Order: sequence, then C-alpha cells, then structure tokens
Amino acid sequence: MLKIADKTFRSRLFGGTGKFASSAVMNEALDASGSEMITVALRRVDLADPDDDIMSVLDRDKYWFLPNTAGARDAEEAIRLANLARAVGGTNWLKLEVTPDPRTLLPDPVETLKATELLVKDGFIVLPYMNADPILSLRLQDVGAATVMPLGAPIGTNQGVLMQSMIEIIIDQAQVPVVVDAGLGAPSHAAHAMEMGADAVLVNTAIAVAGDPVAMGRAFAMAVEAGRMAYEAGLGISGKSAAASSPEVGLGFLQ
Amino acid sequence: MSPFTVPDFSEFQALIHTPTSTDVEAVLARDKLHINDLATLLSPAASEMLPALAARSAVITGQRFGHTIQLYAPVYVSSFCANKCVYCGFSAENKIERRVLTLDEVEVEMNILADQGFNHILLVSGEAPAKVGVDYLAELARRTRARFAAITIEVQPLSTEEYRTLFEAGITGVAVYQETYDRGVYDAVHLSGNKADYDYRLKVPARVAEAGMREVGIGFLMGLADWRSEGFALGLHLQWLRKHFWRTNLTVSFPRMRPAEGAFDPPQPTGEKELTQLLLALRIFDHDVGLVLSTREEKRYRNGMIGLGPTRYSAGSCTAPGGYANPDLAGEQFSVGDHRDLQTVCDSIRKRGHDPVCKDWDATFQKGL
Repeated sequence: MLKIADKTFRSRLFGGTGKFASSAVMNEALDASGSEMITVALRRVDLADPDDDIMSVLDRDKYWFLPNTAGARDAEEAIRLANLARAVGGTNWLKLEVTPDPRTLLPDPVETLKATELLVKDGFIVLPYMNADPILSLRLQDVGAATVMPLGAPIGTNQGVLMQSMIEIIIDQAQVPVVVDAGLGAPSHAAHAMEMGADAVLVNTAIAVAGDPVAMGRAFAMAVEAGRMAYEAGLGISGKSAAASSPEVGLGFLQ
Repeated sequence: MSPFTVPDFSEFQALIHTPTSTDVEAVLARDKLHINDLATLLSPAASEMLPALAARSAVITGQRFGHTIQLYAPVYVSSFCANKCVYCGFSAENKIERRVLTLDEVEVEMNILADQGFNHILLVSGEAPAKVGVDYLAELARRTRARFAAITIEVQPLSTEEYRTLFEAGITGVAVYQETYDRGVYDAVHLSGNKADYDYRLKVPARVAEAGMREVGIGFLMGLADWRSEGFALGLHLQWLRKHFWRTNLTVSFPRMRPAEGAFDPPQPTGEKELTQLLLALRIFDHDVGLVLSTREEKRYRNGMIGLGPTRYSAGSCTAPGGYANPDLAGEQFSVGDHRDLQTVCDSIRKRGHDPVCKDWDATFQKGL
C-alpha cells in the first residue's frame, strides 16, 4: 500500500481531469484506471458550485481529490489558490504547480520551494510538481513536502521517462514517496517508471486524448500494477552482454 | 530590448510563393518549425493541401489542448470613437446613434451573461478615453471580478502603467489587433485619430505583456491586405513576443471582414478557405498559441472547425452596447454570422466530441479579491 501523509492508497496510478471530450468519458476512464487520487485544476472547477460540471460527476467517496494550482506563475499566486481550495473545498491537500511559462508549463524550482515551505508551515499537505532535479527533491523533502513529483518528460509530450538518470537518483535518495508526473505517453512508460521504483505515477493527457480513453485508463492500470510487481519481485541487472540463465563459473582453484 | 518591426512585405514574397507541395509535405512531417516554414504553410502550394494541414493541426491541438473548446462573450460598453477607420461601424464619421453604458448598465449586461453560464468576458469599446478610460475600466473590474473567472479588454491602447493599474484591478488580458501589418494599407484605412500611427500601435502588445497581463491577443483584419503576407508578419510578431515575454499567454483572433455600417468593401476579400489555411498554418507553426474563432463566422463553419485548431469560441454575441438587456438596440460594430446562444453552441461542441469549457481561469490568481 502506498502511504502519503496519513492516507493509504491501493492504486499507484493517479489521474487527472483535463482534456477529456466530456465529463462522462472522464468519469468512465477514471473508473477504468482504478485511480483513487484525482487531481483537479482550481482554474477549471468552481468548488463552491455543487453543479460544477467536473465535480458533480465524480464520486467524492470513491476519489481523494487533489486540487492543483495549474496556471500559477509564482508562489504568491499558488498560495492564494491553495487558500481558496482549503476555504471552499475543505481540503488541505494540494498538488503544487508553479508554471510561469505557459508554453512549456515547466515548474519554477525557486518559487516551488518557496511556496512548499510556506504552505507546509500553514498546515497544507503539499505534493509539489518539480523538474527532475535530485537536489531540489531533497530540498523539498527537507521543508516538508509529502511527496516529490518529478516530471518524466515535458508535460503533454508523451515521451516517457526521458529524465531517467535523474529520477533514479531521486528515488534512491527520497524518504517521501516519488510520483512520476508528466510526459508518460504509453502504458509501457508508466511500467518503466514503476520498475525503476517510483512509488506512483500521474497520467492525464495520454488517457484523456487516447482514441478510447476508457480502454487506455485500464491499460495504464495494468501497466502500473505490472511495473510495481516487477519492482517488488526484483529485476535482473540489465547489460549489453548476454548471460546464461544458469551461469557456472569454475571455482576449482579454491582450497 | 529593440522594438518589434515588420519587414517590408516585398522582402518575404519569395518565401511564400516558391514552395512546392513537396516542401509543404516536408514541413508537415517536422516537429519544430522555423519561421520560414510558416511561409511554406501559407503558400499557394499549401492552399491545395488543406486536408493534410487540417490533419496535422488537429493532432497538435488535441495533444496540447485536449478535446476542449473554451467559451467567452463580448460586452460592448461604448460605441464612441475618435478614430476614423474606413472599415469600422464605430468610425467617428459614421452617423450612428452612439451610446456609452454606465457602470450599472455594464453590470446588467454582465449579469445576463453570467446567468447564461458565461465565465469569461471580453469588454469592448471604441477609442474615447474621456468616456471609457482607465478609471472606468478599473472600477468595472473591481465591481465584477469576483463573479467571473476572467475579464479581458479590447479597448484603446494604454500606457504600461495604465495596464498595470488594470491588471491590479482584476483585468486578466488585453486584445489589441494591428488590423494590418502592411504599412501602406494601414495608412490608407486609418484616416485620423490616435490609431493612425502604425508604429505606436505595433508597440502595444509588448506594453501589455510588460505590465504583467496574463494574456495578449493579437490579430489582423482579414480583407485589408494580402492575407498570406499578413499571416507571415503575424508569425514574426508571435515569435518576437514569445522571445521577449515568456510568461505571457498569447492568442490570435481572426476577424474576417463582414458588412459594417458605412458599407466598406474589403479591398482584398477573403473566404473561408483562406481563413482556414491561415488558422491551420499558425497552429502547426505555434503549438501553444490560443486560436479564437468569433461569431463573425457562421454556424456551419464554426461547427466544422471544432477540433481542427481553434481553442476558443464566443457565443451569443451582441456587438451593440447594451444589446443583451435590450436586444432591439441598433448600433452594432459589425453584424454577427452565428446567432446561436451559449447552450446551443455548447451542444454542437459536445456533439462533435468536445467538451465546452466555460471556466478555465480563476479570479483568485490576481491580487485584491
């Protein structure tokens, strides 16, 4: 079981609500994905409105909602949005996204660290979206981030775990769960991240814009499960030279 | 920072007119495009390949924006204007009944739109700073911002300081169209008023971005000059703005001239094919730019374009000040081509496998709420 702050999750696949063709498709795809944690952009929902087109469709007992600050360009804006989510949505969980460049949507490391520190002090459970930078990951952990969420590749690009070397270091060092977020375009990418030892992955675009989002949600669920199982089973060391399946080394020289 | 300048149109004619269909295919197969590739996509050769352009544009748009279309409505607050622009219904010399709404009247208009389900509002006004100035707009923003996700403006050019004041009051973005990037044509159609200064107007988008506005909308009026060249100049402008203001979200609108009071005949009329090529070329060139298709275009066309490139539609628009509360009012800036209300437009969007998005921002982003 995955534990973040005081919550446990059976599914290690987190979902998102963006880019779907309709709320109905979104609901079905998320259901098929088995996700238990769903992130929603505060810019897209009206938390005060019970008829909000996204919030009204999703079962609040089934999913743990993780509001995100998508669109915030500095710590100050992100903190204002966090307070809105807490005041109106009644949650102190937050996926922190500080993305000042509307084009690449890459996270600002300086503002992310600043906001995480202030929000944690103010009682928030902060899950910061970050570039795959091992030192930044440690700094975020030091100021109390509940997880770190390094990007696998630039968001929406479907390129997979491009940042492999850095994410390996992050996983190796982390004392909080590592959630690979952004850039995972295929179930095999998600399986790859999980085999590396990521604690969870967050997938949105690849499911939302698939030809059949429901089938893709299910495919990601299976891949995440397979990847985790493989990690726990202990993967063999990969290398360029072939190895016999029952290797024998003559040790006749031993006394 | 040296200001943005537009080369003489003659300097890039060869780029637009020499590409062959093979060149277009090569550009369509590439991921990262050079500005010269935009010229290829605007070429006569590419005009014969619109289905291929549409296919590429649809993939890019789906990947970047998902299966969604954002919706907004304009609110015309005043038809007073000091500029004489030969193509515009609000031109100073036109004998129309002019109106400027009081702040209370604008609120009535905005509340009507809020009740219909609109969350994104564009305030539009002619150039008459004494009637609709910074104080008016700032007060309006302060009064109404809590009820809307985003309020943007399309009014006379302002100073950087004034834009900053409006941003702090709650205005999120500014649309300011060059109308034409062709200097000669610009001078010929802008007879008098502040707008007659081409260079002054060209600098406005940079000032908006500098003031910290979240979004800048640019565009040109289709029908005034050669649209292929205008499209290339617009691409240069986009590229320049991206380089200098990386924090700013950019959008492009495609006002295509329709009949206006004063019966102006566009010197270089364009059809839906030309509009389509321009829009698709810009999407393929710039994956992230917001593309706005207003109710100037007809229902059939707007329905057909869903998913192919545009990201934002207006709906139920009235272009006369006070027209939402008083539908019989005359004095519109231009007549619209798509009269459907918000819910009907949303239904069409859904029917085409897309999600109509009425809220995609939040007033909380900006201070002072």
